[in-house]
Amino acid sequence: MKSRKNAADYSFYAVPVIATIIFISVLIVPFIIGIGYSFVSWNGIPANPKVWVGFQNYVRIFSDNRFWQAGLNTLVFTIFSVLSTNLTGLLLAVAVTGPFATRNIARAMFFAPYLIGGLLLGFIWKFVFAGPFPALGKWLGLEGIFFNWLLQPKSAMAALVVVNTWKMAGYIMIIFITGLQGIPEDMLEAASVDGATGWQRFRYITVPLLMPAITVTTFMTLSNSFKLFDVNLSLTGGGPFNSTEVFSLNIYREIFTSGNYGYGQAKAILFFVFVAAITLVQTYFNKRKEVEL
Amino acid sequence: MKKYSKRIGSIVLVAVAALFLSPFYIVIVNAFKNRAEISLNPLGLPNSLTFQYFATAIRKMNLGSAFVNSLMVTVGSVLFLVFFTSITAWLMVRRPSRAGNILFYTLVATMIIPFHAIMMPLMQFMGFLSKSTGIPFLNSHFGLIYMNIGFGTGMCIFLYHGFVKSIPVAIEEAAILDGCNIWQLFGHIVCPMLKSTTMTVIILQVIHTWNDFLLPSLVLSSKDLRTVPLSTYSFFGEFTIEWNLAMAGLTLTILPIIIFYVFAQKYIVSGVAGGAVK
Repeated sequence: MKSRKNAADYSFYAVPVIATIIFISVLIVPFIIGIGYSFVSWNGIPANPKVWVGFQNYVRIFSDNRFWQAGLNTLVFTIFSVLSTNLTGLLLAVAVTGPFATRNIARAMFFAPYLIGGLLLGFIWKFVFAGPFPALGKWLGLEGIFFNWLLQPKSAMAALVVVNTWKMAGYIMIIFITGLQGIPEDMLEAASVDGATGWQRFRYITVPLLMPAITVTTFMTLSNSFKLFDVNLSLTGGGPFNSTEVFSLNIYREIFTSGNYGYGQAKAILFFVFVAAITLVQTYFNKRKEVEL
Repeated sequence: MKKYSKRIGSIVLVAVAALFLSPFYIVIVNAFKNRAEISLNPLGLPNSLTFQYFATAIRKMNLGSAFVNSLMVTVGSVLFLVFFTSITAWLMVRRPSRAGNILFYTLVATMIIPFHAIMMPLMQFMGFLSKSTGIPFLNSHFGLIYMNIGFGTGMCIFLYHGFVKSIPVAIEEAAILDGCNIWQLFGHIVCPMLKSTTMTVIILQVIHTWNDFLLPSLVLSSKDLRTVPLSTYSFFGEFTIEWNLAMAGLTLTILPIIIFYVFAQKYIVSGVAGGAVK
């Protein structure tokens, strides 16, 4: 094989070379020059000079209240979103693995929103909150629950969590279904023979055996929620009064709307550091889990 | 008694699922109503079935061309990704080398970079490449496909890499003894064995590419190049007050996805599950 490297071999080996060139030009080079951009002041217009300001952009971030407000919003959104997505996903998974004739169709229905992009989902719900919600409130006499959630800061944040949960719960459900199917039937049966109630079986057998899957979904939803953008843009646009603006939208606007390319890139690098930190903790937990198995 | 409660459970389950999908119902019924009817009765069925809002939406969103654009970008990106990453991952496993290992770990490490951290320098660098090579990386479908390949490489190679490691090498060795060249070996022997991973890769990438908004919005500036999410976004910006037009537009953009889902449901769910477990 080694002795007769022919034309076919060379053309075949060209494939990974091209793939590597594309990958380097799209990810590696922008990442490196991005660090460089974070040390200059520039408004994005090619004719204008890029002025070296050193760490000034990073220092400026510390006193940027709107950025830290966005950070707080991201944190609040992430916490609630992780909890509600995982709980809903688990609940749906338990429901559709039950002994019901309609479980396959229900499973398919719960998964459907995941296929629609975040941008479209945000627009769909923007209307649902604006029109049908107040109408439903009047009709049911529950105007304290069904009103336009997008008009007030706290309820707008809740709306963001609801829509993201609606999108992701079906996906999380799919992962949990695989986990639930791996739980041995006889173990649950033995427990019922011993007199364990349905809740006890769930709490002391299903949940512990599902822990690996729960770890996976928790970190998956954690990093997804932290990077939320599309739904934020289309559903609330960060409003009202920037009360739902998250990190990614803040960075996007700093660069492309306000035209602070250098300063915005410094924020983007800081954002990368946060995401990397989450991922490192995740890897640590996954490694530890592997050792236990 | 037990049978009876099972039947009730089945009905409740499907009713909850229907309620879960009720936002889609809201979108569709309001695509047929005029403005007065929407504000008076946003929940009920429409009084009449007029398709005029659909016609207006199709025209104003340029939906036909948006659809073709999305299709071209998605098919192009996914085909090239499958081609590049299956071969690269297979070589990484079967012909281990220092370069291959470095590339693999770099790919996995860069999967943690959020898009927002590099979007601006990426656009600058692509602009620079366009100027220095004369190849249009910006404002072209070629450029968008090129960047989609770059962003998808890590995940796809990761999936293929894990799978190739699990298939025995004996069959491939037999084919080499039979005088196959490397293309024939890969095309006739390896490719069929990779089928399940290829399905997963295709499904994950199609969902992602079809729905992607931010990258195309930065790359494509000409109106006639816009993909479906881009035309939806600009349409929504213009017509937020005319909800009936907006709902007609949304119905038309969601419908193809739902139809596709109904037919390919089995593959989609197993493909997504295959990608998630890794």
